[in-house]
Amino acid sequence: MKKFTYTEKKDTRSGFGDGMTELGKKNPNVVALCADLTGSLKLDDFKKNHPERFIQTGIAEANMIGLAAGLTVGGKIPFTSTFANFSTGRVYDQIRQSVAYSEKNVKVCASHAGLTLGEDGATHQILEDIGLMKMLPGMTVINPCDYNQTKAATIAIAEHVGPVYLRFGRPAVPVFTDANQPFVIGKAWMVNEGKDVTIIATGHMVWEAILAGEKLAEEGIDAEIINIHTIKPIDKEAILTSAQKTGAVVTCEEHNILGGLGESVAHVLSTQLPTPMEFVGVQDTFGESGTPDQLMEKYGLKDHHIVAAVKKVLARKTR
Amino acid sequence: MSDYTELKKVASQVRRDIVRMVHGAKGGHPGGALGCTELFVLLYFKIMKVDTNFSMDGKGEDIFYLSNGHISAGLYSTLARRGFFTVKELSTHRKINSRLQGHPTPHSHLPGVRLATGSLGQGLSVGAGTALAKRLNEDAQFVYVLMGDGEQQEGQVWEAAMFAPHNGLDNLIAFVDDNGQQIDGPVSKVLNLGSIGDKYKAFGWHVLECNGNDFESLEKAILHAQKNKGTGKPTCIVMKTEMGYPIDYMMGSHKWHGVAPNDEELAKALAQLEETLGDY
Repeated sequence: MKKFTYTEKKDTRSGFGDGMTELGKKNPNVVALCADLTGSLKLDDFKKNHPERFIQTGIAEANMIGLAAGLTVGGKIPFTSTFANFSTGRVYDQIRQSVAYSEKNVKVCASHAGLTLGEDGATHQILEDIGLMKMLPGMTVINPCDYNQTKAATIAIAEHVGPVYLRFGRPAVPVFTDANQPFVIGKAWMVNEGKDVTIIATGHMVWEAILAGEKLAEEGIDAEIINIHTIKPIDKEAILTSAQKTGAVVTCEEHNILGGLGESVAHVLSTQLPTPMEFVGVQDTFGESGTPDQLMEKYGLKDHHIVAAVKKVLARKTR
Repeated sequence: MSDYTELKKVASQVRRDIVRMVHGAKGGHPGGALGCTELFVLLYFKIMKVDTNFSMDGKGEDIFYLSNGHISAGLYSTLARRGFFTVKELSTHRKINSRLQGHPTPHSHLPGVRLATGSLGQGLSVGAGTALAKRLNEDAQFVYVLMGDGEQQEGQVWEAAMFAPHNGLDNLIAFVDDNGQQIDGPVSKVLNLGSIGDKYKAFGWHVLECNGNDFESLEKAILHAQKNKGTGKPTCIVMKTEMGYPIDYMMGSHKWHGVAPNDEELAKALAQLEETLGDY
């Protein structure tokens, strides 16, 4: 198992904010919209540097999505920003009609996704957003794993023509990916090569997968770990190549097991290379208040839950 | 006073197209489309600067969004008569493999359409966004949005209504088709709006009223609205129209909001509309 270390912890939303600061300087067409959460979304710098391209919409998310769609007519590249819950579920029809079906070049950027938002509780902890967004034809869905990857993704999506959903979070988490990484939409990152089992993880769960890989190595299990940051379009080739090699797959996501990364991987495998699978994710429930760590533990998203899922799937491995 | 003879000819043909399209598809929304024909024709044949060599960006052009997308037949006919695509294509409206979907969409790449509408309440937000883009681009042209009166029941309309004056979008001109009818009956009975004009005024808009079925009244209001540019406030034109205008048996109720005429009813309607530019 490759050794991963980190020197600091940072929130992925700061990766978004810093990515926007950079985009603001280099792309005059980038416009940021925010629904009364400028500080939470780390857009203070963008706002200060480009007041004319920062649009405060107030607590009116439906209007924000419409404004973004309208800004594209005129060649702007709008980035909408609020919490994940208000970025998706609250404005699903606006995204469906005015953005996706209208083929608008809007970037829907969502912070505080998943359980790790913490103490605010289930009203704000959306666990269905990946599913909602990936079901929209033409929508690209990205869930980066740390500060550096989020920053790289933010910059990369400005160059992609078409609607994108970019999901990130609130808590400070280890920064373990390369600061100068190239970010290619739709291209999985091979975190660790292994031969016994494939662990496919997205978002905050990638670090948990690395911790799980270390524990498994101590028991003599050689895990291949893949980071799927782009859930749609998904990197089929990376999934099939790895599953062919290991013959067993575990998916990990801070999302409902229904509708998320796991189902997308299962679709690829069941149609092209049926492989035993286990799914680490939230088991079709709402979250609740608590610290991020307490919630990850209670809802089964820690490294040891991944280890247990690996053992379960290894027992069913046939090739 | 301007001479509207030519525009009236176009309007008569557009109305023939509308009833024939809806009859041909055995479905659609003739009432509102007929009621808004003067507006479509005036905007596309006189007021707006448009390029029939269509580009999605619309830089340097006036932009129109039909927020109440169900009255698509009127928009489609106007676009075709203006030269965005051939009038022959109007016969495909609402049929399989057509670019003329039941509700307009850029997804089918029909020239002239920039937004999928029909899920009501979204057009004013999009119009405000394009008005912002025009300001950022130092593009002096206007953005026009047409909404239904029943559509004013959607909450998103009022989010946009709050946003536009706060941001000084005086290059945005909204029309509300005040025909007093919606699918289930009179607007006043379904969910009373009170005074639409007073509501927009309270939200910080200039408000103008006009007769939407009279070219002169409508043009006066639009020219006035354009002069409001520089005041920092958008303009809402509440246009009184008659659903189904001017077909005698279609006016005066909500009945023809979403029903197609049968063969006999079609003949009766066409007898009241002169064929001026040739049927498709």
